Amino acid sequence: MNKFDILEPRTVSEAVEMLQRHGSAARPLAGGTDLMVAIKLKHLQPRYLINLKCVPDLDGISLHGGGLLIGALTRVADVATSDLVRRQYPMLASAAGELGSVQVRNVATVGGNLCNASPSADTVPALIALGAEARIVGPAGERFVQVESLFCGPGQTTLSQGEVLTHLRLPAPEPGSGGCYLKRGTRKSMDCAVVGVAAWLMSSQPGSVCGDVRIVLGAVAPTPLRAVQAEGSLQGQAMNETLWNQAGMLAASESRPIDDVRGTAAYRREMLRVLVPRAIEKAWSAALAGGWSGLPAGTLVKAK
Amino acid sequence: MDDRHRVTVTVNGAQFQQTVEPRLLLSDFLRHDLGLTGTHVGCEHGVCGACTVLFDGQPVRSCLMFAVQADGHEITTVEGLGTMDQLHPLQEAFRDAHGLQCGFCTPGILLTLIPFLEDNPNPSELEIREAISGNLCRCTGYQHIVDAVQLAAQRTSA
Repeated sequence: MNKFDILEPRTVSEAVEMLQRHGSAARPLAGGTDLMVAIKLKHLQPRYLINLKCVPDLDGISLHGGGLLIGALTRVADVATSDLVRRQYPMLASAAGELGSVQVRNVATVGGNLCNASPSADTVPALIALGAEARIVGPAGERFVQVESLFCGPGQTTLSQGEVLTHLRLPAPEPGSGGCYLKRGTRKSMDCAVVGVAAWLMSSQPGSVCGDVRIVLGAVAPTPLRAVQAEGSLQGQAMNETLWNQAGMLAASESRPIDDVRGTAAYRREMLRVLVPRAIEKAWSAALAGGWSGLPAGTLVKAK
Repeated sequence: MDDRHRVTVTVNGAQFQQTVEPRLLLSDFLRHDLGLTGTHVGCEHGVCGACTVLFDGQPVRSCLMFAVQADGHEITTVEGLGTMDQLHPLQEAFRDAHGLQCGFCTPGILLTLIPFLEDNPNPSELEIREAISGNLCRCTGYQHIVDAVQLAAQRTSA
């Protein structure tokens, strides 16, 4: 491991200033579960780590205008087990519970999972499907962007030099909406997603017609991907299985997967044809049940 | 560059003040600086779970943390569980149910399971297997580990 110093900012603006001063020689450190592996493998050789954990008030989950405000430094374990998250956004809780192992979830942060910008990051499809917004603070002050527009490639975010992701804002859950995140890995736990699918949708009056819908795919493109054609095929339609299968075909055709150690592109497309209809079905029954009751069974590990 | 940092860490109830290099891993701090070699280091990149310790009561991988990140926090290692004369009930159950062979993974598995059993004193086999999914064991095939956890749970509730 190369030599570096760890700097300890006490405020967000101090962190911004340090990141700006040291430019590409500095990396922000949150939980460090991805960063440390990259440093050990010498994929990154920073001279300064800016320890964001020294900045108070960047972690925790609180109610905010009917929705939730999640500090970027909130541990993934806390997102997975928070009563607020489980009640209002069970899809996000189960996605967080799918990330890594309990030892990783106890350290890794939700902001780190976003900023690491892995195409297979588990929390990201759920956050995008839920319409989450990111608060970013930089030299020019604060700005808010949709989580969807945070990514531009594997490991690449749209944050500029000196910018820090501080919070995530989740909109108030809509009555009659439901969501589901499904992950296909090479083993049941502790592996990156080969394919991840998050579906969120609303039932419109009188109930059998699909209203707003977001379908987000993980690990099948350089960034998490909105399956806009699949979404369009559902919106305003009376829901049935044929429609869901067709949405799966569309999602598979608009995905851009690659062959890698975890699976081939063809396998990933095939899995989309299976998982997208399944996620839609589960999200739809949650929506019809009036909201956020059904947590997918067996996906949560107690990590209090 | 490379300023040394002063850290105060409570390990197994005792407070230590040390000056450390920023890049020093928590696992190396425990093993080399404090001589607590019960924390084992296997893969060193967050896969095998051998280096698991409790960080403020919750399992973490000590090979994926810097010692400076433990400043002001409480660490429990396997040395903090029981003594040679009086094993922790979970250690006792591992011995009785043959929950280990070479023993390399055992400290990490014990520490992963301690908070798990506090939260869930009567776990199902599936829950146990899920709980240790972040710990690799190349000897037992896990069956005897599951048996040991069930034995410990049984004894605690008896």
